[in-house]
Amino acid sequence: MALDSKIPKGPLKDKWTDYKNHINLVNPANKRNIDIIVVGTGLAGGSASATLAELGYNVKAFAYQDSPRRAHSIAAQGGINAAKNYQGDGDSNYRLFYDTVKGGDYRSREANVYRLAEVSGNIIDQCVAQGVPFARDYGGLLDNRSFGGVLVSRTFYAKGQTGQQLLLGAYSAMNRQIARGKIEMFNRHEMLDVVKIDGKARGIIARNLITGEIERHSAHAVVIATGGYGNVYFLSTNAMGSNATAAWKIHKKGAYFANPCYTQIHPTCIPRSGDYQSKLTLMSESLRNDGRIWVPAKLEDAKAIQQGKLKPTEIAEADRDYYLERRYPAFGNLVPRDVASRAAKERCDAGYGVNATGEAVYLDFASAIERYGKEQAKIHNIANPSAEKIYELGQAIVEAKYGNLFQMYEKIVDQNPYKTPMMIYPATHYTMGGVWVDYNLMTTVEGLYCIGEANFSDHGANRLGASALMQGLADGYFVLPYTIGDYLSHDIRTGKIPTDTPEFDAVEKEVKDRIDFFINNKGTKSVDYFHKKLGKVMWDKVGMSRNAQGLTEAMAEIKAIREEFWKEVKVPGNANELNPELEKAGRVADFLELGELFAKDALNRAESCGGHFREESVELDGEQEGEAKRDDVNYAYVAAWEYKGEPADAVLHKEELEFKDIELKQRSYK
Amino acid sequence: MNLTLRIWRQKDSNAKGQMVDYKVTDISEHMSFLEMMDVLNEQLVNSGEEPVAFDHDCREGICGMCSLYINGEAHGPDRGVTTCQLHMRMFKDGDTITIEPWRAAAFPVIKDLIVDRMAFERIQHAGGYISVNTSGNTQDANSLPISKIAADEAMDAATCIGCGACVATCKNSSAMLFVGAKVSQYALLPQGQVEAAERVKNMVAQMDLEGFGNCTNTGACEVECPKGISLDNIARMNRELMKAALK
Ligand SMILES: Cc1cc2nc3c(=O)[nH]c(=O)nc-3n(C[C@H](O)[C@H](O)[C@H](O)COP(=O)(O)OP(=O)(O)OC[C@H]3O[C@@H](n4cnc5c(N)ncnc54)[C@H](O)[C@@H]3O)c2cc1C
Ligand code: SF4
Ligand code: FES
Repeated sequence: MALDSKIPKGPLKDKWTDYKNHINLVNPANKRNIDIIVVGTGLAGGSASATLAELGYNVKAFAYQDSPRRAHSIAAQGGINAAKNYQGDGDSNYRLFYDTVKGGDYRSREANVYRLAEVSGNIIDQCVAQGVPFARDYGGLLDNRSFGGVLVSRTFYAKGQTGQQLLLGAYSAMNRQIARGKIEMFNRHEMLDVVKIDGKARGIIARNLITGEIERHSAHAVVIATGGYGNVYFLSTNAMGSNATAAWKIHKKGAYFANPCYTQIHPTCIPRSGDYQSKLTLMSESLRNDGRIWVPAKLEDAKAIQQGKLKPTEIAEADRDYYLERRYPAFGNLVPRDVASRAAKERCDAGYGVNATGEAVYLDFASAIERYGKEQAKIHNIANPSAEKIYELGQAIVEAKYGNLFQMYEKIVDQNPYKTPMMIYPATHYTMGGVWVDYNLMTTVEGLYCIGEANFSDHGANRLGASALMQGLADGYFVLPYTIGDYLSHDIRTGKIPTDTPEFDAVEKEVKDRIDFFINNKGTKSVDYFHKKLGKVMWDKVGMSRNAQGLTEAMAEIKAIREEFWKEVKVPGNANELNPELEKAGRVADFLELGELFAKDALNRAESCGGHFREESVELDGEQEGEAKRDDVNYAYVAAWEYKGEPADAVLHKEELEFKDIELKQRSYK
Repeated sequence: MNLTLRIWRQKDSNAKGQMVDYKVTDISEHMSFLEMMDVLNEQLVNSGEEPVAFDHDCREGICGMCSLYINGEAHGPDRGVTTCQLHMRMFKDGDTITIEPWRAAAFPVIKDLIVDRMAFERIQHAGGYISVNTSGNTQDANSLPISKIAADEAMDAATCIGCGACVATCKNSSAMLFVGAKVSQYALLPQGQVEAAERVKNMVAQMDLEGFGNCTNTGACEVECPKGISLDNIARMNRELMKAALK
């Protein structure tokens, strides 16, 4: 099937308006006869459910947690972008669009990103009206901060808990519709497959996670909003339950999967401390504004630190390697996420890591404390301040800026980061790849939509800070409600979709057979055993830096783990009860397939772009020597994979990317 | 560390539960409490037994999913943290640790350590929202200035993660701290004042219907709340309710 992105004609800035003026609308009386299933109630699914119900459709919403308020969106800390130009610093829709396309290393779709920028302002208005307590300045107006190296202050925030507040806002909008009976909420339900009738998505098979009951649900359209697949690495900043099952199952039923190899690795996470570790904790990137990043310059010092024989404070200034300042004098510690992450891994791989596992670098606030301390002493007219006094004054400033993060770090690591430098290491954070969708957010299966982190559309090969929340809410509140109406306008005479059809029978049988297999398999190894094994291959060979040989090996290794999994996995308990091991088994089975496609996609993309460093694709000379090299001639496309059985057999379809309003340029940070 | 865990096992909501002892060895003090539970579960799976079911998701103290009543305290011995943020360095080698589910009539046990907190959700369905259309055709956000103090206070109330520790720890199983926090967020902001009276009445009525107990001002909830939600919110809720009754 040829990919049709359905991008409307006309100038970029008029596309969305023209589109909205010309689509078909559904009469309110007819909306009452139309059912929509929304799977996932994070920011994307929650906002979509509320809005679709508000419009008058009957919404059935599903989530594996006990409440929409617990979806992974809750964890987002930093903030949400919007081109409001409240600060008068020159922001505009075009500028937000430009920064997002450039930040994504020119691998996203222009028309989608422009639309995102265009509706961003509405998101803030909407959320404020719903009672989201964004930060305010003393005049009572909304406050902004700047984020991730952009030149304007356009990020709206609610302390370090922006995701939480936005999600509670979306959930409150859902509550109103739940109370009216327009949303039927299925908590603790997991979607296990999609049902197609005459080529159209017409329902899902879900498991009630409390009773184990397998249920059939029908609808005129199905929306997938199930978040990202970062847990394919086992360790990530994602919630433990975050999974790829819904996205992967629809892929197997005909939805193309786009750019699976694009994940964002975040440079400032708390490092792993041992094999028991279950997840990684993100520390806000704002710390890099004041912290200096270094490792020992001498290998023997690094070894002594790893063995606990030397403390960082005992290493003289001259024996420290501030590698970001050394390599990137212009940006220093403030290089973008991808560059910072790769540089840390490079030093650790060379043996200079600073914790027991050798996978950590220092983020040091000593010089910031001293700088602020001296400045404060001047401001307060303290003549000849002692070193202690300077320290005390400086610490107060650092505490005011980052106190809560320092506290969180100390709780987890049990070290005082004011006294001894923090340790950080990159971790998998966000997945830019996902289900391929057209401009309408429809997948390659008719009537099947995908929104939020689960789709691929807006971020290209990299994501700027504070733009994922924006995309989730844009899709859910303002884009999907229009585009889905155009599709559903053809369904007003269809009537209820019955669930006692051969199509439902067949998919339900597939689902049940798989569950029965897990429960009855006489294996010897736990689900986590396989998940950890997969995660290690993914991190070592399909992580931040990759080469053709490693990727080829990874594909074979993942296949072997998958084969072992189906022989040896052991799932205790029964199918007809709450069974967390059974839930995990299904999810890991899907990760074991997705992981292989991920490696295949990375192998195909023989260029370095975004956070993805392809070792064979490096700038050889000139100012950018040794840096990642993007290849626009050969790779300016979206890689959309069609399922053909084994992941290795997936067929590549290319959506060529056109840049008419932005000139493709190299990203330089030297 | 080597530890003895005394854990509540209960097959489902109808079954009778009981305490069962387990041993875990080689626990690192750097592990989180839930990672220690992972070790136990891996051990149980490997020996063919059913692992202990417990609720968790984000493991960074924000989703409100984890619960656990540890040695008689909601979220265990540390202050201001959820169970997923509790670390094993709070315990000593050789300790016996008692682990139970939240105990409250309104939170029935689903299995082992997992309870049903839907009562909280139903309270929010009853009024936890502002009746604004989600069309995006709302007024510009800055056309409604809100004082920084009010916004910050609303934010403090809105920080509640809906974990239920306040209920679990209260001898009356009162949900006042949770509901107070929810009511306060809206009460402190100008948006949605039109339906303020109705909102508080409906939410409180639903709270009573769910079978939560009454508040007798013991303040245990505030002490155990991982997010430091203050008792002021209960007072504010009572004032709002009084105002509503006079209308
Ligand atoms: C620690 C952290 C910090 C972040 N900070 C920021 C930030 O500051 N700014 C920013 O813009 N972005 C940030 N992000 C990214 C952003 O939070 C996410 O990309 C975004 O919230 C994803 O929203 P979503 O609605 O697509 O998915 P999610 O919020 O992950 O929701 C997924 C939903 O799907 C459900 N689900 C999943 N699978 C199934 C299934 N099979 N059946 C039924 N239900 C299912 C879940 O129950 C849940 O309701 C951060 C991410 C992390 C991890
Ligand atoms: S008030 Fe505190 S203890 Fe109660 S649910 Fe909210 S966060 Fe948990
Ligand atoms: S697991 Fe989310 S708060 Fe503990």
